[in-house]
Amino acid sequence: MSEKQDVTFTVNGDKRTIRVEPRRSLADALREDCGLTGTHLGCEHGVCGACTVLVDDQPVRSCLMFAVQADGARVRTVEGLAAGGKLHPLQQAFWDHHGLQCGFCTPGFLMLAAGILERDPNIAEPELREALSANLCRCTGYQNILKSVLAAAFEMRR
Amino acid sequence: MKPVSFRYFAPRSVDEAIDLLAEHGEEGKILAGGQSLVPAMNFRLARPASLIDINRIDALDYVREDGGQLRIGALARHARFETPVARGVLAAFLPRVARHIGHLPIRCRGTFCGSIAHADPASEWCLVATTLNAELAIMSRRGRRNVRPNEYFAGALTTTLQPDELLAEIRLGLLDDSWRTGFAEFSRRAGDYALAMAAAVLRLEDGRIVDARLGVGGAADRPSRIAAAEALLTGSDGGPDIVREAGNIAAEAIEPLEDIHASTVYRRDLVRAMVRRALNQALTR
Repeated sequence: MSEKQDVTFTVNGDKRTIRVEPRRSLADALREDCGLTGTHLGCEHGVCGACTVLVDDQPVRSCLMFAVQADGARVRTVEGLAAGGKLHPLQQAFWDHHGLQCGFCTPGFLMLAAGILERDPNIAEPELREALSANLCRCTGYQNILKSVLAAAFEMRR
Repeated sequence: MKPVSFRYFAPRSVDEAIDLLAEHGEEGKILAGGQSLVPAMNFRLARPASLIDINRIDALDYVREDGGQLRIGALARHARFETPVARGVLAAFLPRVARHIGHLPIRCRGTFCGSIAHADPASEWCLVATTLNAELAIMSRRGRRNVRPNEYFAGALTTTLQPDELLAEIRLGLLDDSWRTGFAEFSRRAGDYALAMAAAVLRLEDGRIVDARLGVGGAADRPSRIAAAEALLTGSDGGPDIVREAGNIAAEAIEPLEDIHASTVYRRDLVRAMVRRALNQALTR
């Protein structure tokens, strides 16, 4: 076993220091060391996107990043979306437009969508469809996820 | 789905990184974007004893024009090429290729040079580097060397890069306004690995092709230029018969991979179609 290292980063605005082995993925660090189990792990090899979080505002697969690489970074997870007991427009839109069924992929889709809309608040439907193809959902058939993100984008622009 | 234990190094300078490589090269691995290496580690197909993470070497994070070349540092990520990185034909060509690479979160991490170092047969950048005869700048404690793709790609996931060497920079020659470009790729799902792709880079003078570079990727163990098709195109007007024949030549020239995704016959058909599409794209712009 290789030596544990201190990692200090900001998660949803809170500064945290954890002590992890270098092989600890960012996803596992968030779940096991920070107690933030909203980030889900599906495939653990970068295909499904369930573990998507924002690192320094970029959407990334947290199963493909080691926690030690996030030292000094600003990480945002699904737990940071709602503010003051009020759902984020994306969360509200997923609720309103049935953007989820079982909910397993939802945190990943929410963070992916948050990353997409921060990059381009006016993203057109064809580009959004393409961008959302990054993540897998086995329930909804994607149509309602697309609808939800479009509705949230509209709401967030108002 | 957890990697084996490894020692982790995060050098801050290129010198420090190549010193670490000299020390750990056989047992070590460079970590850049990690979008291919980390899945392989999670599956324990790759078990490096040491990882040398170059993500904190700011000096490697650049894309710039210099001396008639576009110089791409080892930390330039795919997403950077989604919009033109500069003015000119080459900078406009790269976004059309970049959008085929994986998905947005992968493009936000993965790097241009990392793709070249990994040498996946389905890599778009490996095809671009081959078609444009890129210069690959390699560094180690033994010194620096520059190589061309034909002396670099040695097969699927195999290159002539030595364990103590860092692929530090890729240089692409800039293209003036007389050049036209085209790119076509086929994969079964958006963002999936290419089953075949083609890149066409043509120089036109008075409606005739005076220089032609045609590359095919995804279909064989490494990207390749199709010299016989380039010869046919050069001096021609690029009419429909020429384009059709160039596709036929490319389809016959390659030695296609056969796997669960596609048979050799199907891959040849795809190559034929992709070459024609890339050429038509270049000729109609």
